[in-house]
Amino acid sequence: MADYSWPEAERRALIGSRPARLDGPVKSTGFAKYPSDQNPQGLLAAKILTCPHAHARIVGIDTSAAEAMPGVRVVHVIQGEGAEIQWAGDEVAAVAAVTEEVARDALRAIRVDYEVLPHFVTEADRDGAPDARPAGERTEGDPDAAFATAHRTVERTLGMPQMAHMCLEPHGQVCSWDGDELEVHASTQAVSTLGGQFATELGVPASQVRIRTEYMGGGFGSKFSPDRWGIVGAELARKAGAPVKLFLERDQEVTVAGSRPSAFARIRASADEQGRLVAWDSDSWGSGGLPGTGQTPLPYVFSRLPNRRTRHTSVPTNLAGSRAWRAPNHPQACFLTMAVLDDLADELGLDPIDFLERNLDLTGRADTYREQFAIAAEMASWKERWQPRDRTREGAVHRGLGVSVHTWGGRGHSSNCDVTVHPDGAVEARIGSQDIGTGTRTIVAQVLAETFGLELHQVRVSLGDNVYPQSGPSGGSSTVGGVTASTRRAAQDALREVLVHVAPRLEAEPEQLVAGGGRVFVEGDSSRGMSWREAAAQIGGAPISVQGRNPGPGRLISSGVGGVQIADVEVDIETGVVQVERMIAVQDCGLIINRRLAESQVYGGLIMGVGYALYEEWIPDPVSGRLLNADMEFYKLAGLVDVGSLEVHMMTGPGYDERGVIGLGEPPVISPGAAISNAVANAIGVRVPYLPLTPDRVLDALAGRGGPA
Amino acid sequence: MRPFGYAAPATVDQAVGLLEAEGSEALAGGTDLLSLLKDDVERVERLVALGGVTGLSGIELAGGMLRIGAMTTLQELRDHDDAIAALPALSVAIDGVASPQLRAMGTVGGDLLQRPRCWYYRRGFGLLALAADGRSMVTAGDNRYHAIFPEGEARFVNPSSLAPLLVAVGAEAVVRGPAGERRQPVEALYRAPEVDGERENTLAPGELLVGVEANVEGSRSAVYEVRQRRALDWPLMAAAVSLTGSGARTERARIVLGHAAPVPHVATAAGDLLAGQELTPETVAAAADAAVEGARPMSGNRYKVQLARTAVRRALGRAAGMEI
Repeated sequence: MADYSWPEAERRALIGSRPARLDGPVKSTGFAKYPSDQNPQGLLAAKILTCPHAHARIVGIDTSAAEAMPGVRVVHVIQGEGAEIQWAGDEVAAVAAVTEEVARDALRAIRVDYEVLPHFVTEADRDGAPDARPAGERTEGDPDAAFATAHRTVERTLGMPQMAHMCLEPHGQVCSWDGDELEVHASTQAVSTLGGQFATELGVPASQVRIRTEYMGGGFGSKFSPDRWGIVGAELARKAGAPVKLFLERDQEVTVAGSRPSAFARIRASADEQGRLVAWDSDSWGSGGLPGTGQTPLPYVFSRLPNRRTRHTSVPTNLAGSRAWRAPNHPQACFLTMAVLDDLADELGLDPIDFLERNLDLTGRADTYREQFAIAAEMASWKERWQPRDRTREGAVHRGLGVSVHTWGGRGHSSNCDVTVHPDGAVEARIGSQDIGTGTRTIVAQVLAETFGLELHQVRVSLGDNVYPQSGPSGGSSTVGGVTASTRRAAQDALREVLVHVAPRLEAEPEQLVAGGGRVFVEGDSSRGMSWREAAAQIGGAPISVQGRNPGPGRLISSGVGGVQIADVEVDIETGVVQVERMIAVQDCGLIINRRLAESQVYGGLIMGVGYALYEEWIPDPVSGRLLNADMEFYKLAGLVDVGSLEVHMMTGPGYDERGVIGLGEPPVISPGAAISNAVANAIGVRVPYLPLTPDRVLDALAGRGGPA
Repeated sequence: MRPFGYAAPATVDQAVGLLEAEGSEALAGGTDLLSLLKDDVERVERLVALGGVTGLSGIELAGGMLRIGAMTTLQELRDHDDAIAALPALSVAIDGVASPQLRAMGTVGGDLLQRPRCWYYRRGFGLLALAADGRSMVTAGDNRYHAIFPEGEARFVNPSSLAPLLVAVGAEAVVRGPAGERRQPVEALYRAPEVDGERENTLAPGELLVGVEANVEGSRSAVYEVRQRRALDWPLMAAAVSLTGSGARTERARIVLGHAAPVPHVATAAGDLLAGQELTPETVAAAADAAVEGARPMSGNRYKVQLARTAVRRALGRAAGMEI
């Protein structure tokens, strides 16, 4: 069987280097056409009418005025008389018209009568929830006995609210029919699986649905399915006999197209005199909208903590169902756990890094964390700068340091890649994956070019189309492992075929030949070789085409990473305003294909992390049941001036590289909430129990009030 | 978008004539009104675009009087070295609008007369946000960004970046209407509506704000805004102060809060407290306490009382050039 592996460190020309992303120029100049930029001939604009009530029954709907409006082509009722609506923003009807303005006007002309029903949208108040449900209880060891004899115990009630994905490009697509063949330009994370889902809903064979996503403007876990607006868009296009563009309005995007579940918990944790964790008890609850939500993994990272009890309550609300948000469940579990452990370290009079290090055997990767703590502490000058919590109230501005650790899997998903070598030396890969902004196109090109010994611009990568070989959805940090493994296998096989043709010309065995520096030559004697172009010409008149798969033979990928982050903050105790000065991230992800893009993933994670630590939250109105900040004005995102200095250290070299490629999208976004909260506690001497750390919550904590969630 | 008429007058008199008609609305920089129309929060019969009206923009500084035309953009004012030198606190107020696009398009008149940002108003529940049963949605709902000095049922906050400072320095608004020109203190531009449908400014139909004038000699002024983000964001609270008097002693002090009430909130008692006093940490703290006396925070905005206190202290410190 053929051998598949990554080149040794000293033989890598491109892998591990820092090439800029291939589509940077077309994106930054605006030449890149996103799905929402597609404007085929005869395009109609579609808009969706949503329900303004959080809970209601439709008692009547009259679309006749809308249908009679000039420029309106199709009016489509999504939920008609008798339907029970469970959240504000749920879709009721849609219109396709000649312009967006006409479509919006037509929506206003649709008359819907509602019977308004009672709603519940404030899940922080578990006791007030009409429909809270026990969702699991588990005990290991004897927590009651362990608490009774523990040296120090802390008890905290903590929480973080639901928040939005806030994709810059809203959810949506352009649908065009040609007879009974459908083409969808979709803003999606799942090119290869979306077509089948459209087909099932629309009653056409999956072979007749084409999905295209050359570029897309962010998904973060919220763009895996056609969604109702996708199917409605295709139906409108079919009825109108014309292409239809349907992208959500910003308020819809925030309200219905993706949120992260909330998490609240009352937690007790204890340690013994040596600073060893001995007991844990958590009573957690949270909501992911109408479906409620399952338990986050508590205690996080320190999951081998003995004597623990966990209970969870799922709290359904009249809000749209949540979606996977970058590292599902982990940021919540990380904040709840690391905040409590940080408070316990303070109670014990220990430096939190020292405390966490004393308990690393309770984690799955003690050695990694120990190494990362040392690097992160060095970067932060922790030893010189860390002080016990500042409980003075002198001066306005107080500085603090906080630390957190996290973990993630990140194994590559199933992937297929066709690699073709043409007789003129052209090399291309076709893969039914998608570049959701992470740089997938660039890393596939790097693997291809590395394998054939070519430069990046000499290879071509085609992706974002379901006519290419199936590759998995981009979620859970699974893409980089999947696509690099399938590409490498295909490329190594294709090269071996080329070498079989070249070997006789060089009077060598194929196994003696290598490709590098634009040439094929006998290993150890580069004078016995030829240019890549000449080598490719040896294959004859037809190209060589090979498919590579993942999973497959050879140790190209693995999973399981650790990361440590340190936040350095300033808190103005007279205003409650928190400013992040520095974020330090130390992260492993196995073999790194592209250092620049890997660091970029971490920067992005830190920026999103500062966002949810300080600013981002859904604000549902208890009165109307609607979100009060379904916009970019009061749904506050971190600006670049708000994120401080971001400093990233990637773990590489022996001990890391040989693990193969591991995904990186999720891990860096997990710790910032915990690290920043801990830094604020260090700065002001008191825990602010809720994220985001807004001035009202900080001032409440300083005043000794628990404050509203 | 609902259909509306559009007029582009060339003179102030033409603009005034057009604005007299029911349903006419002045369009200045267009950074907000067009969104309100698209969102169907506001409806107009006709927009009267002021961009082509002569004599509405420009900055003059003569004899200690600063005159700013209503259609002057925030960036033009920010770039006017003499105006900024005469009233340095203007730069703080303008830089708070942390978007080059908004500063380039937004005008001084537009800033002074912009509509409230109240999220109930912006969702179509009206400026007073009264539910069908007459209850206040604001008090029963989420009021974290609302007024700590509500007036009647009006609980939104005045969002103007320039108004607190202009009120503090005693600026006058120059208003042209069918009956000619009138002048009034800038604070008299504002009112708290008593019934839904009433506007939050005092301009009569046909009246147009053409500019503001202020004597900027002999006083020291400052603005302090409490901001959660450095990126584009509304202040959570703002304070503007203006001090007259020579040497250490303050003759007269005007203290005005922004984002605290439906109108720029003049903290009269706080200002009076400092009259004839030397500014010390103690007198400044006393003035800050006095500035929030009578505050009536709601369920979710108690923290803004503390922010107001801090903003007043820091603005006074800046004006007096002292560390507080």
